[in-house]
Amino acid sequence: MRIALFVLSLSLAASGLVHAQEAARPAPTTLKRAQGDSLPVDSRGFIHRWFVLEPVPVAGRLTEPAVKEALKLAALPEAAQPREGTKVTINGAEHGWHALDTLHYNLNLYHFAWSLSKPTSNVLFWVETSIDAPREMQNVRLAIGSNAASRWWLNGEPVIALNDDRQSVIDDGLSPRVTLRKGRNVIRAAIINGGGATDFCARFLDEHDRPLLGLDTRL
Amino acid sequence: MLRKIFSLLAASFALPALALDGDVIVHDPSTIIFHDGRYYTYGTGAGIPILTSADGWTWNRAGSLMSAVPGGKAGPEVLAKGGNNTWAPDVIKVGDQFFVYYSAPGTQPKSAIGLLVCPTLSPEPSADKCEDRGPVVWSDGVEDSNAIDPGVLLDPEGRLWLVYGSYFGYIRLVELDPKTGLRRDPKRKPVNVAINSEAAILIHRDGWYYLLVTHGSCCQGANSTYNIRMGRSRKVTGPYLDNMGVDMIEGGGKLFAASRGRNIGPGHFGLLDLGDGVQKFSLHYEADLDRGGVSVLDIRPLLWRDGWPVAGDNLVAGTYSIESARTGTVLELAVQGSPVGGFRQRRGGPPGSGILGSGPPTPGAPPAGAPFAPQIGPPIADQEPAQVAANWPSVTGVRLAPAMLQAQQKWVIAPVAGVGGYLGAPYFRITIAGTERSLTATSRGELEATSFTGAPEQLWRIDQLIDGTYRISPKAVPNSNAPWALSAVGSSTPTLSTFDPASDRQRWRLGAP
Repeated sequence: MRIALFVLSLSLAASGLVHAQEAARPAPTTLKRAQGDSLPVDSRGFIHRWFVLEPVPVAGRLTEPAVKEALKLAALPEAAQPREGTKVTINGAEHGWHALDTLHYNLNLYHFAWSLSKPTSNVLFWVETSIDAPREMQNVRLAIGSNAASRWWLNGEPVIALNDDRQSVIDDGLSPRVTLRKGRNVIRAAIINGGGATDFCARFLDEHDRPLLGLDTRL
Repeated sequence: MLRKIFSLLAASFALPALALDGDVIVHDPSTIIFHDGRYYTYGTGAGIPILTSADGWTWNRAGSLMSAVPGGKAGPEVLAKGGNNTWAPDVIKVGDQFFVYYSAPGTQPKSAIGLLVCPTLSPEPSADKCEDRGPVVWSDGVEDSNAIDPGVLLDPEGRLWLVYGSYFGYIRLVELDPKTGLRRDPKRKPVNVAINSEAAILIHRDGWYYLLVTHGSCCQGANSTYNIRMGRSRKVTGPYLDNMGVDMIEGGGKLFAASRGRNIGPGHFGLLDLGDGVQKFSLHYEADLDRGGVSVLDIRPLLWRDGWPVAGDNLVAGTYSIESARTGTVLELAVQGSPVGGFRQRRGGPPGSGILGSGPPTPGAPPAGAPFAPQIGPPIADQEPAQVAANWPSVTGVRLAPAMLQAQQKWVIAPVAGVGGYLGAPYFRITIAGTERSLTATSRGELEATSFTGAPEQLWRIDQLIDGTYRISPKAVPNSNAPWALSAVGSSTPTLSTFDPASDRQRWRLGAP
């Protein structure tokens, strides 16, 4: 494990994501670079593999109007397709995508940004993953927790909106009943943080509100 | 449309707080039985009058039970051991037959309890007739007992018990044969379990037998002192002790229900176990002051606390906070809220600005000209919808959020007239105070707030659970027959889902905002 984290730290530093003027910060202890084609959800249904974009500075206020403003300010280019090591330009600044596996049920965005010497307060994080469903699944729900406000889309449709300063609580935000199509389903989210810790977690619940298992994530 | 909405609103506030609608005059009602799509209860009176209801809310008289008995009256043995009156019955279903025990007093305490065995409770003339099986127990007019007011229990082991009695001495217990409804061992001496009370009945829960009886005097209208008391025992034969350890055979009895408000003299407890953590009880009041002081049927929530049953109260119209038992957060419209009293600076504003300091101090020296000087100010007025609702969309989602006393969190819950109800209560509408935005079930089993039209998806069944929380269910969900209830599956995202009695997800607290 220690070796893996060291390698991640080196690779993050080598990718130029760490400010050149500073000594490289330690690699996050809760994250590692995604490896392998796919990763199943865990025994509680949590999704561990995500593309995460380096934080985009926003106002950091968390009311509903402020979140809408932040989404406009930090909008992703329409053609943006996450890929490890690629960058997108937002408001004239470049932000790199990172393919990550979280070692916990949640993905600690504070660890991610801090390790890269990026800001952790008054920022918006874009995250994205793809879920492979073995068959069509009806009446399931995306269930998330986020610190702080967040917006979530499933296959391009908005499904969850949480505002205000909040802790990341399992199954805090819940989508309406949705259908997972057989094969690839794309989850995209924006998490907006005012200050302090920031993280998120996500899983699907079945029609009986139980964690949905047997799904794979594939970036 | 507006006229229709206003008329619906006016009608909804016109209902009295008392539960039950229709012809609810009854005295000494039996335990309520659900059979073949209808509820039934029987009371004191000529031929044992029947009250029946299709939904448990609106009740009607439906003739008398004795009309289904050959001869139309108690049999000769009952008449000989008791008399020609028919009072205070109790009914229980055992297997595929109904046992109806009824009081047949003569000159008290000479009395008898007779048994009718009926294949159905339908009051239709074409229905199968009941069989008169004669007297089960009786009192001879000399002994310390008055054999009226039967109450029956089928315990978890399948044993059938009868308690009976009315002043003139003891409340007594005998075992019955579940196959015949008659005494299992007629030679065995009845067990005395309480004294100088009436309307006795047993219930069982978690290894305890509870004996509920009615104390005080009946039959004097608003001057009646009826009240329901109880004791409990690990053995069906007693001793039944109250919460202070006093044996009911020595006059003990923990108070369960007494007169309250305009309902005078509660008596004749009957258990209704609806399953899924919902229990209710039937009773009569000696005098309902809102109905001219007559004796009426009521059905109320039954709660449990510290191993004792507690008489719950039916929900009355009012403004409520709807709080999730899972999260402690409250139901609100999904709109941007405004703090009560307006936005305030975290520290004091400039001198003379009128902005008072509040909140914890921040590190470092205060900014120049704005010393941190908290002061007690005048009371802040409640937030009215008119102050903040101008920009609310006409249709919004709903969500859960910390209680902040904001306008989008205050719900008026009020019964709706003319749309029926369910056991013991009418359907309610749930509307943001001062607005028309009403909680509405959508076709996919989700929730939104829209203008109130009285549609079934805007009518709500609110059942109090035995722990005091509430289950809130729509009368109907468009295009669905699923038995859904308001649910905090997501801690910030209410929805509808199947009720799980073992979970806090669908338990709600209703209280002052």
